[in-house]
Amino acid sequence: MPIYLIRLAQVHESFRKVELQALADLAGVSLQFIKYDDNSPYCIVNLPSDSAARKVITRSILAQGIYELWGEGSTYDTLHDSIHDLSASKWSKYQTASFRFTVEGYQGGKSAADQRTIIDSFSYIALKGQPRMRDPDVAFRVFEAYDLNVSEPKYFYFGRFIAESCRNEAKKTYDLKKRHYISTTSMDAELTLLTANIAHVAPGKLFYDPFMGTGGFPIACAHFGAVVFGSDIDGRTIRGLGGSARRGQTGKMDVVGNFKQYSLESSYLGSFVSDLTNTPLRILPIDEDYTKGYLDGIVCDPPYGIREGLKVLGSRQQLLDTERQSHQDQYMLPGYIPPKKPYSFTALLDDILAFAVATLVADGRLSMWMPTANDEDIELIIPNHPCLELESVCVQAFNKWSRRLLTYRRLRESEVPEGALEAVKRDYEQGTRASDLNDFRRKYFQGFKEFESMKKEFIRMKAGPPRELDAEVPKR
Amino acid sequence: MKLLTLNFLTCAIKTCKTNPASFPLHPRDAELEIQEADLNLTFLKNILPRLMWEELRVISSELGLPELPATPPAPADLVEPSNTPLDTAEVTLAEGGAEAQEVEETPSQTAKDLHRILLETCIQEGKLVCGSCGHEYAVKEGVANFLLPGHLV
Ligand SMILES: [Zn+2]
Repeated sequence: MPIYLIRLAQVHESFRKVELQALADLAGVSLQFIKYDDNSPYCIVNLPSDSAARKVITRSILAQGIYELWGEGSTYDTLHDSIHDLSASKWSKYQTASFRFTVEGYQGGKSAADQRTIIDSFSYIALKGQPRMRDPDVAFRVFEAYDLNVSEPKYFYFGRFIAESCRNEAKKTYDLKKRHYISTTSMDAELTLLTANIAHVAPGKLFYDPFMGTGGFPIACAHFGAVVFGSDIDGRTIRGLGGSARRGQTGKMDVVGNFKQYSLESSYLGSFVSDLTNTPLRILPIDEDYTKGYLDGIVCDPPYGIREGLKVLGSRQQLLDTERQSHQDQYMLPGYIPPKKPYSFTALLDDILAFAVATLVADGRLSMWMPTANDEDIELIIPNHPCLELESVCVQAFNKWSRRLLTYRRLRESEVPEGALEAVKRDYEQGTRASDLNDFRRKYFQGFKEFESMKKEFIRMKAGPPRELDAEVPKR
Repeated sequence: MKLLTLNFLTCAIKTCKTNPASFPLHPRDAELEIQEADLNLTFLKNILPRLMWEELRVISSELGLPELPATPPAPADLVEPSNTPLDTAEVTLAEGGAEAQEVEETPSQTAKDLHRILLETCIQEGKLVCGSCGHEYAVKEGVANFLLPGHLV
């Protein structure tokens, strides 16, 4: 199988292999990792063909591009030897083609004059076509990998360009700074698009976000071709009467407006106001066939209520008859606010998983974000369900906390252990299992004492000047 | 909200969900609006087998829309019969491997009709009523509110 070099962005390292694998699975091509290192922007893989490589990379957010690997080595001499061994048979094919030849350094680089000398040292490939910077028939690139503050590269690759990713374009198009309607909790565009890729979004699929906010995930899913809908417990967020994080933002901005901004309104089914614990979505199909799901995927960043505590619909105590009557009399009046009660984090996670099992089609994906404190004393919880297989865990680390993206696959009927569905059904009929606020939650959130500073860190990241963390910027 | 959404929505009250009468929700005093959308054949093919057809017919007739056929169309009914049979369809040899070229498919009238009803017809204002408990959910500016009042949670 041909060998390819993937040039990755040096960012969100723990997501990179997961994204590539998801895209390969989606494209139905086999991908094998030959060389991968979290500290390197170069990844060597096996893929069946150029067209397979193109399919995988053109949708990638964390790759920059893919090249057919023609050689590698720790010195220019060994690189040239390697090119003779690996790819001499391919040279003649490009003899008359117009071409481009570039040298790229990671954490270092050469002067234009030195680059010229390097390019000349490849003359044995005997390219006789026209050199052309724009739209050449074929493009070659020398990759030099440097250690920080070292003047000579430690490793070299040489490759033939196959395809560029959509990274730069998609990040630019969906940049939150240019989005009409966002909130303080909107996740940045890069991460929402990445989540959509990891969740196997594809044209023609149906995706849902139960905590949609201003629509960040549904928009990212629609970008990759899915038809989407969502809900939120706060109707003002959907209809756009709520506040906005954007300075100087005036006029009515709403979720529909965001879809229109990106010409994605054809893919937007709409949204409704609801609470996941009392979802109006079909969860027990009429025909009692429990395995008949209708969602291809669910993506979400659930509210964690770190500061205020989580809330769901309901009253803390049993209502008196007179109170019930007053709710009954008033609920259709404008301005009626349904009562809410505290809810535990673990109960929320259980509810999301149970909901996913009850609505996803076989092989459908649930991709869910979850915060974790960076504290060894705190037990790392990864919620599980007998009908879901944990497919990947990606981590985005901050100073005092991290958040994880957990992705699950809905098992096919034949894969589900016997009796598991019955147990799930029983749980539903009995209502939520762990609705009490337990010690675990207290312990869990002790790691979040510095929540205020963590939130500031978050907002600073979003509001700051555009920073490209990729490429040649040295990592601190 | 586009009408397709109603194929996934039931009453939000847990005890209602087990009662078949809670699905579909019945539109009442509904103001409809047509919002043009690009026809998405891939999506229609994907979603067709998941539709609760009988319930869709009920909603459609309650809204006074054209009557839907008694039986759901098959995925093949969504595409105009092709002039070029599949075996003579163009096959290009991509570099490094053979790959069949995607044949451009033409949506049939059935597909266009379904698209119109499911993905272009929207409820902007009105109510959705549960056939089991009679609870009314308000729709405002195209957004339905399923938050349950205090006496129903
Ligand atoms: Zn009901």
